This record gives sequence, C-alpha cells and structure tokens, in this order.
Amino acid sequence: MPEVELSEAAEELLANLWVMREEGNAACLPLSELETEDRDAAVPELLTAGLAQQESDMLSLTSTGEREASVVVRRERLAERLLVDVLDLRESVATEAACKFEHLLRTGIDDEICTLLGHPKVCPHGSPIPPGECCHAGAREAGKAVSALSDLVPGQGGVIAYLHSGRRQMMQRMLAMGAIPGARIVLVQKFPSYVFRMGERQIAVDRETAQDIYVRLTGGQPVRPPSWFPRPFRGWGRRFRRGRRGQ
Amino acid sequence: MSARARRFVSRLLMGFRRCGCESCPFAPATRTRKLMLFGSPNVGKSAIFNQLTGSYVAVSNYPGTTVEVARGQARVGDTLLEVVDCPGAYSLTPFSEDERVARDMLLDDPPGLLLHVVDAKNLSRALPLTFQLIEAGAPLALDLNIIDEAARAGLSFDPERLSTDLGIPVVATAAANGVGIERLRALVGGDAPAASSFVVEYPEPIESAIARVEELLGAGYGLRPRAVALLLLQRDEGMWERVRQADAQALTDIERIVAETEARYHHPLSYPLAVARQQAADAIAKRAMRSTGRQVRASFAETLGRLAMHPIAGLLILAAVLYFGLYLFVGRLGAGVLVDFLERQVFDRYVTPVATNLVESVLPWPTWSLLFVGEYGLITLGLRYAIAIVLPLVGAFFLMFAVMEDSGYLPRLALLVDRVFKRLGLSGRAVIPIVLGLGCDTMATLVTRVLDTRRQRVIATFLLALAVPCSAQLGVIIGLLSRHPLGMAIWGGVVLGVFLMSGFLAARLLPGEEARFYLEIPPMRWPSLRNVVLKTFARVRWYAAEVIPLFLLASVVIWIGELTHLFRLAVAALRPAVNLIGLPDQAAEAFLFGFFRRDYGAARIFDQVQSSEAVSGVPLVVAMVTITLFVPCIAQFMVMLKERGWRTAVAVAAIILPFAFGVGFLLNLTLTSLGVRI
Repeated sequence: MPEVELSEAAEELLANLWVMREEGNAACLPLSELETEDRDAAVPELLTAGLAQQESDMLSLTSTGEREASVVVRRERLAERLLVDVLDLRESVATEAACKFEHLLRTGIDDEICTLLGHPKVCPHGSPIPPGECCHAGAREAGKAVSALSDLVPGQGGVIAYLHSGRRQMMQRMLAMGAIPGARIVLVQKFPSYVFRMGERQIAVDRETAQDIYVRLTGGQPVRPPSWFPRPFRGWGRRFRRGRRGQ
Repeated sequence: MSARARRFVSRLLMGFRRCGCESCPFAPATRTRKLMLFGSPNVGKSAIFNQLTGSYVAVSNYPGTTVEVARGQARVGDTLLEVVDCPGAYSLTPFSEDERVARDMLLDDPPGLLLHVVDAKNLSRALPLTFQLIEAGAPLALDLNIIDEAARAGLSFDPERLSTDLGIPVVATAAANGVGIERLRALVGGDAPAASSFVVEYPEPIESAIARVEELLGAGYGLRPRAVALLLLQRDEGMWERVRQADAQALTDIERIVAETEARYHHPLSYPLAVARQQAADAIAKRAMRSTGRQVRASFAETLGRLAMHPIAGLLILAAVLYFGLYLFVGRLGAGVLVDFLERQVFDRYVTPVATNLVESVLPWPTWSLLFVGEYGLITLGLRYAIAIVLPLVGAFFLMFAVMEDSGYLPRLALLVDRVFKRLGLSGRAVIPIVLGLGCDTMATLVTRVLDTRRQRVIATFLLALAVPCSAQLGVIIGLLSRHPLGMAIWGGVVLGVFLMSGFLAARLLPGEEARFYLEIPPMRWPSLRNVVLKTFARVRWYAAEVIPLFLLASVVIWIGELTHLFRLAVAALRPAVNLIGLPDQAAEAFLFGFFRRDYGAARIFDQVQSSEAVSGVPLVVAMVTITLFVPCIAQFMVMLKERGWRTAVAVAAIILPFAFGVGFLLNLTLTSLGVRI
C-alpha cells in the first residue's frame, strides 16, 4: 500500500514505466521524452515517494516502485475487464473509460473486483493482469458477476463472457465445439471431470480447460444443489420401457 | 410391393440392370451423382448412410490414414447415388485427423450434393458449419436428424422457414427409426439445388480483408474464393500449403493482409468469426425453432448416462461392463463356447484329419507336408489358430466394443478416467485405443492417432505393447485361470499395477506438454443393431485381411526355424530366463512363440497344462503375468515401426523384454517366499 496518495499523472507514469518493461522495451525512460507537466510534477512525486530513481536523465523503477506499479496496472486492467464484462461496453470505449475509472479503485477494492470478475488472467486486449493475493487464496470462491467455469457449483450457469487460453489450438477447438461468447452454459458436474451443458449438448473437459472459460453469471444461485446420486432410483422400470421407444 | 421390399430387390438386381422399361424401378440409371454426408460426430450420419444404402457398404481407410470412410450406393428413381459418409467434423478448419480427412474429401473430390446432417435439438450450434459449407459453394441440403429426440425435449421446427432463410433445401428425419427417409430420398435423388445466396456478414476489417484476399486468389481450390480467404484468415495450415503451391506469387501479399487484420484484434481471427457466425445462427434458429415447453422426464437411458459420469456409480457401471461384456461375453462365450465348438468340433474332428490325409497323399515327403499339417503347419496351426481361436474372440470383442461406442458409453468412460490417465501422461481420450487394445493391440496401436500429441501417442503405444493383453491372450488366460480365483486376482492386480506404474514413470521421463482433455458427451442411446453389426463386420474383415496373412507367415517362419534348428538355439537361449522365473524348460518354447502371436505363447502353456501338469499353481500365474507383459506380437511390432519409427519401436521392445522377466522374477520370489498356494 502506498505511503502517499499519488496523483493521477504520477500513477499514469508509473504504469507506463511498468508496461514498457512488460513489452520488452528499455527498462528506463529518458526524461526528455516526457511532457513538460509530467517532468515538473509527476517525476518529483515518484522520486520523493521512492518509487522511481533517476540516473543522469534516465528514469527507472525502484523495487518498491516495481511492486506499486504492478498494483496500478492490475487495477487498470481489472477496470477494463469490469467495464467490458459486466457493463458490456465496447473494448475501444472501455480503455478510455478504464483509465479514469482505475484511479477511483483503491487497494483492497481491487481484490473485491478481481473476485467479482472470477480472477481474470488477462485484460480484454489480451495483456496479462498481475495476480493479486485473492487469486492465490487456497479456496477460491466463485465470482459474483463473472467466474471461471471451474469455480462454479454444479447447476450454476450463465452466458460465456470470453475465453482465454495460452494455447491457440485449444481456444480454436473450444470455439469450433460451440463454446462461443454469448452461448448459454450450465455446469453439470466437477468431478471426476468437468461436464457442462450448452443447449442440449454436453461437453466434458479437464480442469485446465474449465479454467479458460469465463462465464457471466445469471440467476446467481445454483439451480440444483450438487447431489451424489442424480436421480432417485424409483420408477426405473417405467422409464426403461418408455425411454426405449421414445414415447 | 412395399417401398422397402422394392429397394431390397432393386439392390439385389443392381448388378445386372437389364430391364429396359421406363417406369420400372430396375431400369438402368441414367445419371450418377456423388452424395457426401457431412456433419459433426454423433448426429446419426451413419444411420442415414445405412438407410440410404442398405447393406452395400465398403468401409475403407482414407489413403494414408486410419480414418474409416464408408462408401455405398443408393438408387433413387433413375439416379444412382454414390454415397460417402465423411468422418465427423465440427468445422471446416481441421483440428483432428478425422476433420482433416473430411475437409480434404470435400476439397479434392467435390460432391454432386452435400448433405449436412445435424442433430435437430442442437440446431443453433450446428448452423455455423452449415454457413461454412454454404461459403464453400457446394450444392448443399440440410438434414434435421434425430427429430424424435428433439420432440421429446419439447422442440418443434419449421423446415420451410429454415429453408427460406438459408436458401437451401431442408428435410427433417429420424433416421434410426426410418422417419422421413422417403422425403430425404426424394430430395437427394431430385435435381441438385441451386447455390445459396445466403451470406454471413463479418465485422468490417474482416470483410475488407476477405475482399482483398479474394482478388489475389486464382481458381482451382474446389471452394469459393470467399471460403478460401476465410480459411487463410484463420491460419488454416492445410489451406496455406495449398496457396503456397497454387498462388505462390500472391503469398506475401496475402500474408501481409492477414497479419494486418490480425493486428486489429486481440484474439486469433477465428474468435470474431465464430462469434459472428454464432450470432447469425442464433437468429436463424430462433425463427425456425419453437420450444413447446413440454419436457418429458428423463428416460432410463438418460439416467444411465448421468450415472455413468458419476464417480462412484460410474465405477460400478464400469465393473458391470467389464464383468458382463469382457468376462462373460468375450471370455466365457467367445473364448469358451465358440472356440470350443470351432476347435474341437470343426477343426479337430473334420478339418485337421481331412487336411492331413489329403496333404500326406499329395506330398509324401514329410518335410514338406509338415509345412501344411505338422505340429506348426499352415493349416493345423496357422489357420486353426486364426479361424478357430482368434476370430471368434476378436469378433466377440469387436461386437462389444461397437455397442460401447454406439451407446455413448465410451466418452463417459473417458471423462471418468481422465484424472487417472493424466497421471500417465495421457488424456481421457486415450481410453479409446486402450480399451480397443483389449481386443487387438495391433489395431489399437493404429488408433492411437486419435490422440493429440506425439508424447501421448508414444506413451499409449508403450502401454499397449507392455500391459494391455489382447482378447486372444485374454481368452486363453481366462480359460487357464478361471478355476483359480486367487491366481486370477494376482494376475489382474499385477498387470494393472504395472500398467499404472509404467505409465506414471513414462509420463515423468518423456518431455512434452501436458495432455488436454475435451470431448463431446453424446446422449446415451440404444445402439442400432444394424449399425453395430455393420461396424463389427467391417472391423473383423480388416482384422482377417491384415492379421491372417501374418498368422500364416508365422507358421512358415516356425517351419523354417524348426527345419534349420534355429529355433532350438533361440529356445535354449531363453531357457535360463525362463528358469529364473521358476518355470520348467518347456515354457521357453511358449515364450518364443509369444512373439509370433501374443496368444501363441499363452496357448502353448494352455496345451502344456492340458497334456500334463507341468505348469500349475504359482508358476502358472507367474507365466501368465510374464507372457502378458512380454514383447508385442509381430503384427503389433510392424505397426509400431510404421507409426512411431524404428527408434521408438526398438526402444519399447528393448525396455519390455527385461522388464517382463524382472516382474516375473519378483512375483515368483514374493509368492514362493510368502508360501502362497494357488
């Protein structure tokens, strides 16, 4: 948690430094490339807070700054996710709105939003969201608005919000099988494998794949609590005779 | 004459079409047309195929693959239809061997009519493929199949509406019960439909990219340029390869356009394309489909289907399937009753004596007559084993396997074992080759191609060679050990333990990505007898064609080995190893034979047990375990060489040989020192 409240411009600068590093560019930024206002206000702010260091005219992050910056980036990308997934804003609009919105989110709230969104791994543009403490917690609870399929309770369902997979093949595979954003989906069971239902179709996947499918929840509560035996055993003879001829 | 009977007669007469009159159904066909059935797995394509073609089926492998493609003929009015059943495909962009074959068939041999078969109740999920087929440009019709299941789920359809919206003919059928088949026959036998003008609108950057790529493409892809452009945008490797060969000069320009378009999205382009198609599909399905809200309670099959996915009930069902299917049906009925009858009644009483007399009178030289009717003769050993022992066993197994496949049980088994199989470096999908291995390891090694990665294929090949006994071997083992329940339990426990342990080690030692699992679980259905029989028949025929020649070859090799005394040397070399695991000298011969056919080995022991009490109790169990693990048979080894390359094949064999004897040695040591009596 920052000792001092940073201004919007300083946070922006902090995040930019971090993103430059993430994208594999230089780890430091020449001061000359900054706008005048930033050089006058934001840079001294970062330096006094001990988040950045200056060598000749190059600006780079300190280790505290590194940590703080990842929190800022996390907030920014979570905000984008929130706007796209929950408020259904278009991605291009969302980026701009998220920049403003992000500064309103304070530490602590970001974990709540992360949980609300089902601990997303990437922002809508595909950049990774730095994980927070809530993402590592042992028992992850299902998100309240958006959740990875693997975190749902059997019987719970909603609409596929987005897919995310490190493996391009896997994502294309799921798309071809009909797991497409907008499709209605219900989790049927979690053990021994994840089984979900889309319309009348059932598809079984493993845990890793279930973690890649994010669902926007509808209804909230599970329709049917998980039970050991799906149906009572009575009436089997009748069902057998009817089921066979399909009448 | 009923329509069915007329079809039957017309099929009978198809060979000699000589009747010249105009109206008669036996009149010569004036035109032929190729009809291709396309669709995702489990939508009843083969039921439609069987309804159209009857029993005139040729199941063959697509060149260079193990994917089975069924071809047959049908006659509608004066049109002779050549019907091809494509392997199941979810989209035109292939991810599996099956899908690649389906796509290549469409591209390389464009049909006169393409019939997209869909499961009616999943219409909105199936329409994206319909769109892709419309984009491809082949004359297309849509078949809403399994309409009865959809009705039971409370869904009703408006085929005319769908037909107007899509611009292609639409027909509703329930092929397994013969509903709507006459309408379908009229449709496929009638005039080919005009190409549809229906177009899915994609988002702007993609549409303009399509337009630009289309301009750069030449002709001759078997698809409309729009479809080619779409496949290129989705980075379809097969299509890029075709462009590299046909339009090499345009390649860099196309590459640039695709890269530019990709840069505008954060996902692969297949993502926005899939979303656009699905939106269009939902809109069309919504207009053509109505939910009557009438939900019928779950049928017995559905309940069984749910239970089969349950961790505890599923295991109980698995145990029941293994006991009734494998042990009683294949083991007792196939290996016991059928083999007994064929071997004792048919061969021992008639074939062998007759053949022996005949051959000995024609070839009075003992050396040569031995080749045919000696102890290891072509007829008395090769043919007898093939026809009297192995064929009934393998046939019974394939029948059971086809029932498991068609009822929808196998995918449920796959999801049940996925977690365990992950530990072995495999995914749940690998149950298909592993279970098939219990029938024939050679065929199963070929079928490992259904697995996604090379790592999985190598591990599955290794496990099949080491610890999965084939039905021929199982039959003999069940026959030998059925009177010793404890021995059977020890054998089962050790083999299962070796399977799990060696798979676990292989997963540790082999580098590569973790397997991923995804599988559509079709509804549990009562398998159609006709489909099951046709499938079993096709597989048995494959087996007979591939494996019986090898049986005969093995007889010749053994004959030469005996003649040149090479075998005596090999047997002598094996003797110390056999003694080491506590078996008498004669057993060495059985092990050597085990290489020619896995079951030869067990069968030799079987003969020895019956003739004397040379092997019984603990040594018998040790012998059975060692023979089960011992090297794969010649046929399987050849397939391993072909499929996995000589390095992997030789490595697998080199690991297995000492391993099998090592396990046998340890087992013998443990059992004797514990004083176990069997």
